[in-house]
This record gives sequence, structure tokens and C-alpha cells, in this order.
Amino acid sequence: MAEDIILETRGLRKEFKGFVAVGDVSLKVRRGRIHALIGPNGAGKTTCFNLLTHFLSPTRGQIFYNGRQITGSSPAAIARLGLVRSFQISAVFPHLTVLENVRIALQRKRGRSFDFWRTDRSLRHLNSRARELLDAVGLSAFEESIAVELPYGRKRALEIATTLALDPEMMLLDEPTAGMAHADVERIAALIRRVAANRTVLMVEHNLGVVENLSDQITVLSRGEIIAEGDYRSVSAHPEVIKAYLGSEHA
Amino acid sequence: MSAVHELAPRAGGFAHQRIAAAVMIAFFALAPLVAYPVFLMKVMCFALFACAFNLLIGYGGLLSFGHAMFLGTAGYASAHAAKVWGFPPEFAILFGTACSALLGLVTGLLAIRRQGIYFAMITLALAQMVYFFYLQAPFTGGEDGIQAVPRGKLFGLLDLDSVWAMYALVFAVFVGGFLLIHRAVHSPFGQVLKAIRENEARALSLGYDVNRYKLLAYVLSATLAGLAGATKVLVFELASLTDAHWTMSGEVVLMVLLGGLGTVFGPVVGALIIISMENYLAQIGSWVTVVQGVIFVICVLTFRRGVIGELGRLIGKPL
Ligand SMILES: Nc1ncnc2c1ncn2[C@@H]1O[C@H](COP(=O)(O)OP(=O)(O)OP(=O)(O)O)[C@@H](O)[C@H]1O
Ligand SMILES: [Mg+2]
Repeated sequence: MAEDIILETRGLRKEFKGFVAVGDVSLKVRRGRIHALIGPNGAGKTTCFNLLTHFLSPTRGQIFYNGRQITGSSPAAIARLGLVRSFQISAVFPHLTVLENVRIALQRKRGRSFDFWRTDRSLRHLNSRARELLDAVGLSAFEESIAVELPYGRKRALEIATTLALDPEMMLLDEPTAGMAHADVERIAALIRRVAANRTVLMVEHNLGVVENLSDQITVLSRGEIIAEGDYRSVSAHPEVIKAYLGSEHA
Repeated sequence: MSAVHELAPRAGGFAHQRIAAAVMIAFFALAPLVAYPVFLMKVMCFALFACAFNLLIGYGGLLSFGHAMFLGTAGYASAHAAKVWGFPPEFAILFGTACSALLGLVTGLLAIRRQGIYFAMITLALAQMVYFFYLQAPFTGGEDGIQAVPRGKLFGLLDLDSVWAMYALVFAVFVGGFLLIHRAVHSPFGQVLKAIRENEARALSLGYDVNRYKLLAYVLSATLAGLAGATKVLVFELASLTDAHWTMSGEVVLMVLLGGLGTVFGPVVGALIIISMENYLAQIGSWVTVVQGVIFVICVLTFRRGVIGELGRLIGKPL
């Protein structure tokens, strides 16, 4: 085998009461790549993510991670295998501080946290690593802030820092730059490129500039089905893709 | 659960909480000089019960509507152990508490996968089943309950028939339970619990088996509620159906709401208010329930955060 596949789906399908949100998607993601999943609104991208991380159960099909079937594994178990997702709608712990948000993720790596008799001062040794991660996403100045008080773009940055805290082998990012100011988009794109140096990234992204810039491979989804795959140039010239995007914009 | 979120204490600066804790402990240490010890013991038992309940709703975001089953189970178990098996008080309390912990584990496994109102409903249903079991089972004495439970000698030394010895025991149990809950809230476990309450999907996506954490919170809460129930039985030398009845589950909700959901001291203040009302308004008979209902409505309409929640907001620090 020449190519090293980290994640593969075979005939993955999800129906909601007969409506096919994801229809027989067979996807291969190569290790170490930045792979973009794009497509018009409602194409089934987020549903795909939900299937991959078992936040939803597929109607049919299989998922393999590192050659091992994870179709029936629990979301938490999948995360512990190193396949960690973010969410389209910013997912922070709103009433914890920014530092605590990241620390929750770092805390998971110390194993099960069932020790209710121990003081949480025992978590202080994680603070320096948490600060490094916050620094990487430009949130150093906000570590004492309550997460809910951050502006939207910074919440997204915090979410990425939290995901990174797990040092995942593969990250699933659902629209990481959505709702960000231009300068923040640049910073997050640069960060994704940096952290992708030693991991695999599968991301949903509507900002085509970011997609063009970052991704090695692109899969285009429309109405739950893969209509094109390849690099940015070949995909953007694909007639089906042009039709799908135009169709959705004129809808 | 949005009310819970609003009340979540912020990080840092807990000095004022230490002071408040010292005030509370001093209050229960000195109050028996001026108030009836039995009344104060009752308050402490219910305060611990309410704190245990608050651990689950205030920090775990889980509304149980069946907590009376833990109060009642520990009560019957320890009363039976002390009276029929002749257990010394420390083992009777331990046995009763362990029974509630076990009941917590069994009911928790059934209930914990349900969310929100469904969780409340299933806990209520389970508690009703437990209640009917106690109503029918011969060892509980039905409507009469288990009476004349011997207090015995603590560690074979301290005769609990002395009101001061009994008071010291209840005081120690209450303070110990209170501190344990405080520690649990501020532990690595407590951090994860807060994260789950704040955003369950996110906690799950980070690799936390959220149901296990919830289950542990539930079992801890059940255990401490049981400790309160077992201790209360020794105080009153009586285990009765009242403790297992659904109105008891409602009463603890009322105490916590009145005092302040998700606050450290709210459940204690809530218990103090409700028990005082029941004691001093006893003359008006069943009207107590009506008065409680009215207070509940006023509380929900005007100071939603409860007494301690509003106080904490006034001084700008969580209490
Ligand atoms: N839980 C659900 N129940 C019913 N239908 C759903 C559910 N989740 C998604 N859908 C439908 O499935 C389709 C795909 O949704 P999905 O969220 O995966 O799209 P998407 O590609 O992520 O779109 P967007 O770019 O807008 O985020 C949509 O038509 C949506 O309405
Ligand atoms: Mg989406």
C-alpha cells in the first residue's frame, strides 16, 4: 500500500425519517494531510462529522480509523483513540474561565478524573501547558475571562486550543473560521497549518480562500453525495461542483 | 437549567467562602446554648440532605425528584440494624448509608441516561416503587414505622442518650458531609462535572464518558442523603414512611430553591427556613403546606436565585 489511510468510510449513509442527509459516502483521508470537506448548505457535512464521531449512528455503512472499525464505538472512546472533533456552533464551557476550558481537555489526558476527594489544586501543574496553548491561538490576555464573555471569533479560537490540548492524531474541524474577523481568519489558518505538521486534519470550511490555501485534498459533497474529489484546481473546475454551488446560491 | 448557569460560581477568590463557612460552623456550635438542640439537629440533618441534593442539581445539572428514597432507605436500614440486629450507632449509620449508596447505584444506572425532565420523572417513579415497597414490607412497621430505635453508645464509649453527645455526633456528621461536598465540587472530578453541566456534547467530544461522571455524582449525592437519613433516625429514634414519601422529595427541592440553587450555603439556609417554619407554624396544622407553597411561588417570582444566591449577587461574590 503506497498511501497510508488514517480514516476511511465505506458506504456511509444517514437517513432522517426517510430523508437522506448522507448517502453512501465512501471517503478516504490520508495520514498527515489537510483534507477539506466542502459543499453547499445542507450538503451533509456536519452530519458526516456526527457520524464519524458517533454523535449520530449511521443507517448503514462502516467507519475505519487506523484500519480498525470504529462504527459502533462510543463518542468518548473515539475521542480517546485520537480522533477529536470541534463543533460548527462554538462549543466552549461558557461559565468556566478560558484557562479552565483548556485545562479540562488537558485533564482528560491524566486519565479518569473520578478523584472527588482530591483538591483541584492538583490540576495546577497543567496551567503552564494551558497557557502555551492559549498563546498559540492569541488568547493569552484572556485566560481569566469567563468564556461566555469572549467575542465569537475568540470563542472559536478557544475551541481550537481546547481541541489541540488533547494533542489528537486527527482533528475534525467544522467551519473553524466561520464568524471570525479577517485578521483572526489569517491567524487561525496559519495555526491550522502549523498544527497539521504532525497530524491529520479533516475540515469543513466555507471560506474558499482558506480551503485553497490549506488543503491538500478536497472532497465536495452535495445533497449527501460526493460529487468531486481532488486538489483545489481540479475540483473548482469540475462542472458538477460549479452547478452545485450556483444552484445553491440561486436557490 | 439556565438558572443553574447563571449561578455558577466564578473561579478564584474563595476567602469570603471560608469566612462564611466559619460563621456557619460557629452558628451550629453555639446555637444549642439558646435554641432547642433537637430542633437544631433536625436542621442539620435536613441541611446535609439538601446539600447532597444540591450537589446533583447545582453542580451536576441533574434534577432528581426521588431523593426521599435515599433518606428513607438509610433511615429504615439503620433503624433495623440498630434495633433488631443490635448494631452500635456508628455501624448502624454506616450500614444505612451503604444501603442508600447501593440504591443510588442501582437507580442511577437506570436513570442516568435520561435527560432533563425524563430524568426527574424516572427518579420519581423509582422513588414511588421504593415507597410502596416500604409501605408493604413487614420490617418497616407500615404506618407506625420503626419506633424506639436505640441510640446506643458511640464507639462503645459515648452514650448518645445524652443530648449533648447526640448533638456532637450530628454536628460532626453535618460538618464532615458539608466539607466533603465542598471538596468534591472543587476536585478534579468536580471540574469535569461542571464541564459536563456546561456543555455535555463538548465534554463527550473530549473523551469523557459523561454518564459515568454523572453516575458518580448521583451515587455520591445518594450516599450523603443516606447519611443524613440514618443520622436523623438516631436523633428521633424513629424511622417512618414520611422520609420516603414523595413530598419529602419535593421538600428538599423547595429548600434548595429557597436557599439558592448551586450555591454553597443556600441549601443550609433553605433547610433552616423550612424546618423553622414547620416547627413554629405547627399550630396551624396542614396550613403549613399552603404557606410553604405561597413562599415557593413568591420565591420563584421575585428572588429566583434564592436567599443566598441574591445575597451573593448583592456582595458580588458567590456564597
Ligand atoms: N437531526 C436531524 N434531523 C433531521 N434532519 C437533519 C438532522 N440533522 C441534519 N438534518 C438535515 O440533513 C441535511 C444535512 O445537514 P448538515 O447539517 O449535515 O449540512 P451541512 O452540510 O453541515 O450544512 P451547513 O453548511 O449549512 O452547515 C440538512 O438538510 C438538514 O436539515
Ligand atoms: Mg454544517
